[in-house]
Amino acid sequence: MTQFRKIITSLTIGSLILVAPVMAASQTLVPKTAAELTATECSACHMAYQSGFLPIRSWKAIMADLPNHFGEDASLSEAARAEIESYLVATAADRNGRDPRWLRKIPQDVAPLRISELPWFRNEHGSRRLAQAKANPNIGSISNCAACHKGAERGNYGD
Amino acid sequence: MIRKTRSQDALLLSVALVAGFFALIAAFSPANAGPKQDAVIAKLAAEAGVASFSAKNGEAFFQGTHTGGKPETTSCTTCHTKNPRAMGKTRVGKPIEPMAVSANPTRFIDPEKLAKWFRRNCNSVVGRECTTTEKGEILTYLSSI
Repeated sequence: MTQFRKIITSLTIGSLILVAPVMAASQTLVPKTAAELTATECSACHMAYQSGFLPIRSWKAIMADLPNHFGEDASLSEAARAEIESYLVATAADRNGRDPRWLRKIPQDVAPLRISELPWFRNEHGSRRLAQAKANPNIGSISNCAACHKGAERGNYGD
Repeated sequence: MIRKTRSQDALLLSVALVAGFFALIAAFSPANAGPKQDAVIAKLAAEAGVASFSAKNGEAFFQGTHTGGKPETTSCTTCHTKNPRAMGKTRVGKPIEPMAVSANPTRFIDPEKLAKWFRRNCNSVVGRECTTTEKGEILTYLSSI
């Protein structure tokens, strides 16, 4: 009987040892920062576009309608949605009264929802080049910044 | 003749039990699924009150074109392509890892991720949440190919 108990004990300990690393791996030690959460969630489907491209009013409008996000449902838990919106608003193009050149010619009562619809964006690229990019199956969409700007995800659009 | 001790008997019994457990799982699970996918599907089956799900129905849902959702995304295949073993692509060109468990063994083992993407993608494609049966069928299909 004691032999039997020994075997059961070792089987139990053995399975605990097997399961322990899985349990440890599933624990998040430190919660993600708002910047990390934003990068992770937004980059699930597209590049996490830099928040500094759009004004506060645009980010608020985008984050208010995630279930209808450019033809897809991109809904989040309310906690994650609110945290990401706070981050985007705090780092938006017009934070602290800033007025970067890509916001010029946009009326205050208009909230552009796409970076690609900013007059500045269309001027910078030119309509011919945008049409070419869209038609190229390797690029597919003018929202695919990194197809041409290799450093886009790090905020480098110099090329 | 070899005399078996009681401990040897117990050991044999444990080995047989463990082997039997895995054989049982293998017998009732879609071809390529691991135990974690099996557990997820088993939970859905219990919820739906069925023994197993139809992979054929799952295939029809996954490969089919739907109405009721958003016009940009009328099928799972819009982004995941007709071949679930291949890489997919989001509408802005970002790669999506394969959906078939045979090509991507990490699929469908994180319940939170599963709930989030079923919620989003069913709403995008069919304009509503998927039923438990639909979810079970889709997962059974993607675990069987």
